[in-house]
Amino acid sequence: MARSVDAAELAAVAPLTAQGSRRWRGLVLPAAAVALWWFTSTLDLVNSALLVSPVQVLDTAWEMISTGRLWRALSASLARELTGFFIGTASGLVLGALLGLWPRFNRMVGPSFNTFKQISLFAWIPLISVWFGLGDVAKVVFLSLAALVPVVVNTAGGIRGTPANLLEVARVYGYTRWQTVTQVVLPSAIPSIFTGVYLALIYSWLATIGAEYLLVSGRGVGNLLIEGSEHFQMDLVIFGMVAIGVVGWLMNASARVLERHIFKGRTI
Amino acid sequence: MTTETLVANELDIRGVGKRYASTQAAGGTLQVLQNIDLHIPSGQFVSIVGASGCGKSTLLRLVLGLDAEYEGQILLDGEPIAGTGRERGIVFQDHRLFPWLTVAQNIAVGLRNAPFTEGQKRELVAEHVALVGLEGFERSYPHQISGGMAQRVAIARGLVNRPRVLLLDEPFGALDALTRSRLQGELQRIWQKEKITMLLVTHDVEEAVFLGDQVVVMQPHPGRIRRTVRVGLPHPRNRSDPAFIRLRDDVLGDFLDPSERGPSEVLPAAPVPAIFPVPGRPLQLAW
Repeated sequence: MARSVDAAELAAVAPLTAQGSRRWRGLVLPAAAVALWWFTSTLDLVNSALLVSPVQVLDTAWEMISTGRLWRALSASLARELTGFFIGTASGLVLGALLGLWPRFNRMVGPSFNTFKQISLFAWIPLISVWFGLGDVAKVVFLSLAALVPVVVNTAGGIRGTPANLLEVARVYGYTRWQTVTQVVLPSAIPSIFTGVYLALIYSWLATIGAEYLLVSGRGVGNLLIEGSEHFQMDLVIFGMVAIGVVGWLMNASARVLERHIFKGRTI
Repeated sequence: MTTETLVANELDIRGVGKRYASTQAAGGTLQVLQNIDLHIPSGQFVSIVGASGCGKSTLLRLVLGLDAEYEGQILLDGEPIAGTGRERGIVFQDHRLFPWLTVAQNIAVGLRNAPFTEGQKRELVAEHVALVGLEGFERSYPHQISGGMAQRVAIARGLVNRPRVLLLDEPFGALDALTRSRLQGELQRIWQKEKITMLLVTHDVEEAVFLGDQVVVMQPHPGRIRRTVRVGLPHPRNRSDPAFIRLRDDVLGDFLDPSERGPSEVLPAAPVPAIFPVPGRPLQLAW
């Protein structure tokens, strides 16, 4: 017994350490890019207004952080993002559940929704700007739309994808319709629903920047980018891009942690 | 074995037939089962053995109550069956455990709507975990245990609400040979201990003879009973007992010797697919 555990442990540990020691390889490319960037900017080969040096970006970063401008922009963007995300996700869950659980509703509404979701998200901008203006309401409407579609698609799909043989088990044990939905259909659909919500979080963050860029008014990270490009402040533009990327990465990472926490002990 | 005529038949299958609509079959319908008569006394172990497509799993689905469209009668203790019910348990070939529930929770699925108190349910679950030898794995998830262990959980789930009849649909068909023969022994032990009626469907002749008091041999096109063999050997059985081997080879002969087969089996009169497509209905067949 002890020997077999040792062997299993060895097998489990060996690839893990190897993986850990190889992790730095992912950093090679970004590090090389930064080095090349720094090198070119010091050579003064390129117009310095177009390609600023990494040092200048760091200076700007420090200034943005210390004056609080970054936080003001970021909190404005995140507040919009989360509002749109929650509205879109909540209505997406309801609509997706109705489409998945209620065949008659699906026959009536399903085709319209499938047509609706083919419309590119950014094609809504003109309509939204006319109806809701350029302010926060318009942006939140746009973000809700961005979050809605993946949640509906994955919720309805997950519900319909409940394995027929598990539904049969529920029939064998006399589950009521309510028991079948809450104890078989929903647990089986949860991974898919989670994927939808996760996509909604990412989409609505991408759409936040898009909304701030296309519905120009107010403060936000997207507005920082516009300001930077209008005033030819490439350091501000690059810093804004990095900030957007870091926020996206943080969202992604926290969703993964949450997912691992929820589905620990499950295969899916 | 002579006393079984005195005992009331637990499960009575009388003249049962089953047809599916099929565009490929002659006359637009496919006769999957024809005139099945089977009388299973209380506490007996009956094995149904047949090749794929002989309708044996369909018959089990009818007895289980998943499909109410058939000819003839299925009686349990003299009462016609209606839908699924707690008095009929089932073990499927694929264990069909809920992947999001632990072993103990999966067994408790069988008790969800059973008229027991929470305390009684907990006791029953613990008792059946022990019955299938899974103490210590109560809190494991299905993907953390082997296929053989998962099938043990499925057996415990099938038995936990104390059914009168346990139906077994090729329960060991997906397991490796070693695990299979060990679980066959386990099932025999459980059957002797619980003293309930069991109806096993299998395509494994040795399994059918090893476990059954009666072995019902079925043949396809249409699915019907070819003959019933009584296995008069005492339990637990020994696979190397000459009498056991003789019986096994006798039944095996039904499937191996072409000269003994009817002409319809050597050359089917109509091209019949091995799996019966049912237009307009999702394919949910279990064989």
